Amino acid sequence: MRHAVLDEWSRRSSPLHRRDARVKIAALLVFLVTVAITQANFALLGPLYLALVAAGFLWARLPLGGALGRATVVLPFSAVFAGAAALAGDPHRAVLLAAKSYLSAAAVLLLVATTPLPSLLRGFEGLGAPRFLLTVAQFLYRYLFVIWEEALEMRLAAASRGGAGRNRGARFQAAAGLLAVLFARSHARATDIHRAMLARGFNGRFELLEEPCLRAADALFLLPAAALPLALRLALGGAA
Amino acid sequence: MSEPLIEVRNLRYRYPDGTPALEGVDFRLHAGETVALLGPNGSGKTTFVLHLNGLLRGEGSIRVCGLPLGPDTLSHARRKIGLVFQDADSQLFMPTVLEDVAFGPLNLGAGRTEARARALDALERVGMAAAAHRPPWHLSAGEKQRAAIAGILAMNPEILILDEPTTFLDPPGAAALVSLLRCLPQAKIVVTHDIGFAQAVAQRAVFFKKGTVAGEGMVPEIVNRFGWNGPPPERRGRP
Repeated sequence: MRHAVLDEWSRRSSPLHRRDARVKIAALLVFLVTVAITQANFALLGPLYLALVAAGFLWARLPLGGALGRATVVLPFSAVFAGAAALAGDPHRAVLLAAKSYLSAAAVLLLVATTPLPSLLRGFEGLGAPRFLLTVAQFLYRYLFVIWEEALEMRLAAASRGGAGRNRGARFQAAAGLLAVLFARSHARATDIHRAMLARGFNGRFELLEEPCLRAADALFLLPAAALPLALRLALGGAA
Repeated sequence: MSEPLIEVRNLRYRYPDGTPALEGVDFRLHAGETVALLGPNGSGKTTFVLHLNGLLRGEGSIRVCGLPLGPDTLSHARRKIGLVFQDADSQLFMPTVLEDVAFGPLNLGAGRTEARARALDALERVGMAAAAHRPPWHLSAGEKQRAAIAGILAMNPEILILDEPTTFLDPPGAAALVSLLRCLPQAKIVVTHDIGFAQAVAQRAVFFKKGTVAGEGMVPEIVNRFGWNGPPPERRGRP
């Protein structure tokens, strides 16, 4: 699966990987806002923002080409809005939309690729995100693999019985059936997980094994990481 | 003989749709013994063990380590009984193996330092210390099973229940599990269809049939009495 690669990247070691998740999230938020409010002189600022993100990937010792290539996953979604802007006679806005979406995706990817999911979720929790929401995200990520494997097995089983070779209507019917069974299996899985949690004394609250703590190096990282894009925007972007 | 660790009398349970699952089950487990629960699919073995720490509630009486099982003694029962589920994927839900193994001790009120120490010790005991910081979904089936057992051992239970633990294991994995279980001092209940595994780890077998205990005794005796040896050997000859 695509995110299995990100999971592997996030568990590598580099100075950027070692930074506290909270400062990385804060730096990302500053970057995203800065990109979003940049209008004038984007032809110059856009590549500079991209260079910052690329520098982050290189600092994290991650494959730059692979990382920037993965960020293009956002383009089909932004293309809808960019296309609408272009059809409305505003090609400049269309380009801005696509470019900003890509930059934002690349920056988010940098955060995800340098922060293991548990640390990332704890980082969000430390910044005040609701714990329940983060717990749901954690379970979703964990069991995505399991449900995906079950879906693949069911697809293979259907194909082995000729499910792929019939007409389109029959295939649609088979797919709908598979989906229903997948829901049922997911429900059974959820019941099992809940029982397993209760059996180990779960009382509705996730206790954490470690509390994250900020170090001086984290503060030293946050200062330039947040200041650089802002400084570029203020120096070269003119009035908003 | 000393008071049994688990004593079940006349346990009855119906599924929500009214189908009878257990119809008057009596059972005892004593300290230090390992009991295999055998029987066909749907005979009530898993449903029975889910009652022992209150995950399902039927009629009848259950005593765990001297206390009657009820709403007030649930946490006591869950502290005493460690239940390893058939599919370890259902049990391993935390982001790393270490955090998953520490999940139980933290819920039971252990401090972070103690929970970490207990988790590391349990992982060491099952030979999984090197995987402490790996995500559970990167483990093989045998490693997941070991991690799931570590998650239970970290809670220091007096009784271990394993529900079809060899289902996802290859023969070397099953053999490793046998070695591991033989080293653990806890009393154990093993739900299994694997007769070789049952004979290797259990002194006694209880045979379930249609929600009742149809017989109990030594494993070979029960296996022979109920014809539970598996299919007859294939006839050899020219194809």
